Amino acid sequence: MIIDSSMTWLIALYIFMLAAFTGYEVISRVPSILHTPLMSGSNFIHGIVVVGALHALLTATGLFGQVVGFLGVALGAANAAGGYVVTDRMLAMFKTSDRKGG
Amino acid sequence: MYVQHLMGLSGLLAAGLFIFGLKRMSSPVTALSGIVVAGVGMVAAVAASFLVVFDLMHAGNDRLGVNVALALVALAVGAGWAWWKGGKVAMTAMPQMVALYNGMGGGAAASIAAVALSGDAGGSPLILGVTVIGALIGSVSLTGSVIAWAKLDGKINHPWRFGGQRIVNGVIFAATALLGVGVVIFHGVPSGLSLAILFFFGALVFGVMMTLPIGGADMPVVISLYNAFTGLAVGLEGFALQNPALMIAGMVVGSAGTLLTALMAKAMNRSLSNVLFSNFGDLSGAG
Repeated sequence: MIIDSSMTWLIALYIFMLAAFTGYEVISRVPSILHTPLMSGSNFIHGIVVVGALHALLTATGLFGQVVGFLGVALGAANAAGGYVVTDRMLAMFKTSDRKGG
Repeated sequence: MYVQHLMGLSGLLAAGLFIFGLKRMSSPVTALSGIVVAGVGMVAAVAASFLVVFDLMHAGNDRLGVNVALALVALAVGAGWAWWKGGKVAMTAMPQMVALYNGMGGGAAASIAAVALSGDAGGSPLILGVTVIGALIGSVSLTGSVIAWAKLDGKINHPWRFGGQRIVNGVIFAATALLGVGVVIFHGVPSGLSLAILFFFGALVFGVMMTLPIGGADMPVVISLYNAFTGLAVGLEGFALQNPALMIAGMVVGSAGTLLTALMAKAMNRSLSNVLFSNFGDLSGAG
């Protein structure tokens, strides 16, 4: 457990609600050329799943937990690292073409 | 005790940097620095998640050393492969790489759920239910994204359709959902384990079946939808793990991804249900 167990389902619902509005507001007024880089950028951000997979692997007490946890960490790390590289390359291309144009 | 506080604070920092980075990415002028900001948050969160080792040393887990080694190897293998692959892939092949990486994130969320459900520690029905729903969405995102990747990469060239496909898919989904309910009810009972295996199998098959009939031209919208799915799955597993950083990052991506999907469908003059349930090839063939 990352935080103590006082996080009730109600606080969880508050977090979910505020996060959902945040995501909506951040994206709501975006030019359409940024749609694909933003999709890639948000793909990177859910790479945070690697932290949950690390928790599952590090606290594993059996062989199944170790094997599936290993798989989860590898997949999550690939999600995060790959998402970063792809987004960075997309945005870099976007920026240079922007400079040439203007 | 300090360890838990440090991990909690690093999660808070990461969540804040993710939102700030995403905000910067949504404007052409600041977009490039946005991904760097979010990257700093990711490194901080991953580094801090190893702090749990100090807590576990006191608890005395005889597998701890092996687990740390496994974690380091898994991080190096996964990140190394993705970094190398993402750096050398052609610019035109970017969308399918996003699909592939997204599917892996869904797979990671499903693995977390699998580990949580395999344990015999009796969680509350609420936590178990959320874990199962996250597992379902994550698994669908995993196989669905892999099919989307194969279609864009030219490995699957023709949409696979047959009569009554929607009914078959509906039956698969209903059966998987029923199995999911069974997993929650029979958690901790030995026979519950075989239910869980069938449940994961059904969810993975449904992801394949849902994506196969959709034409290649619609794949960017579908990938965006699976991106939102993975975000949602990560958020739900974050609740199961009681980790607010995962909950926030996952739900922000879940809602931002849903909105992006709707915007992308709108840019194609289509509605989302039109993309998912009526087949583009059929429409153009008929008209």
